[in-house]
Amino acid sequence: MKHIAILQFPGTNCDLDTKYAFEKLGCTTTIVWHKETQLPENIDLIVVPGGFSYGDYLRSGAIAKFSPIMQTVIEYANNGGKVLGICNGFQILTELGLLPGALKRNIGLHFISKFQTLKVVNNSNDFLQKCQKDEVLNIPIAHADGNYYIDEEAFNELEANEQILLRYSDEYGNPIVVNGSVTSIAGVCNKNKNIFGLMPHPERALENILGSEDGVKMLEGLIA
Amino acid sequence: MTAIVNIFLKEGVLDPQGKAIHHALDAMNFEGVEDVRMGKQIVLKLSSTNKEDAQKEVEKMAEEILANTVIEDYTIELV
Repeated sequence: MKHIAILQFPGTNCDLDTKYAFEKLGCTTTIVWHKETQLPENIDLIVVPGGFSYGDYLRSGAIAKFSPIMQTVIEYANNGGKVLGICNGFQILTELGLLPGALKRNIGLHFISKFQTLKVVNNSNDFLQKCQKDEVLNIPIAHADGNYYIDEEAFNELEANEQILLRYSDEYGNPIVVNGSVTSIAGVCNKNKNIFGLMPHPERALENILGSEDGVKMLEGLIA
Repeated sequence: MTAIVNIFLKEGVLDPQGKAIHHALDAMNFEGVEDVRMGKQIVLKLSSTNKEDAQKEVEKMAEEILANTVIEDYTIELV
């Protein structure tokens, strides 16, 4: 049975959804308060969940990166451990430099909260291995700072290494502008493909009665 | 000594908030505004009396947390 550590900062609000999601998929979970310096033993994945750590003060994710637990998370990630950052978790991982790029205010300035279709750009990684390339998924988004920026040189590297995970798209998979992200990017991974970040919330898409179960095959990839 | 840190999105990085302010100014019929950039200002009261040391220390703060240098530039003014 896989064991998942879920980080919790002041202002995190998707920790319990994430716990519910991974337990529904047959994992055990531990919620780890940000003041801890140790992770539980024998974990298979760390999730940095969504929310508004430190009220998004200064910049989204900027203050959480200095929480005591983060040194341990960085070590875990640098040793090849799997880390998933969802929404605010993605912002924290870019602030830390564990993932390339940065997330700016949405182009329309609004907080966007809705179901959004996404195209799977690359599945040559643990996270999206159970999805088909070019498959269109329906996953909720809920963010104000999801406008992904990366400079051209780093973007070219991202593309060449198949680090682009997902793009906002229409139902046919054509990229669309949702929040102003460079080439409609919704999620990326690091070069070693053990650190993943995305703005959409797969943990909120596990049951058709709640709109979509496309999140199941995403999260299952990480615990396969 | 007081350090004033001004942080703006880098030139070439689209500033959606500046753009929205620009649109609003246009809509209010203010003429002659060519561009609007929005940033933030952080004012630090320092115990240091040595300008050189203070400059170095605040630069470190700016690089490590106050600005995200992937998308932002900063200036430091010591008074």
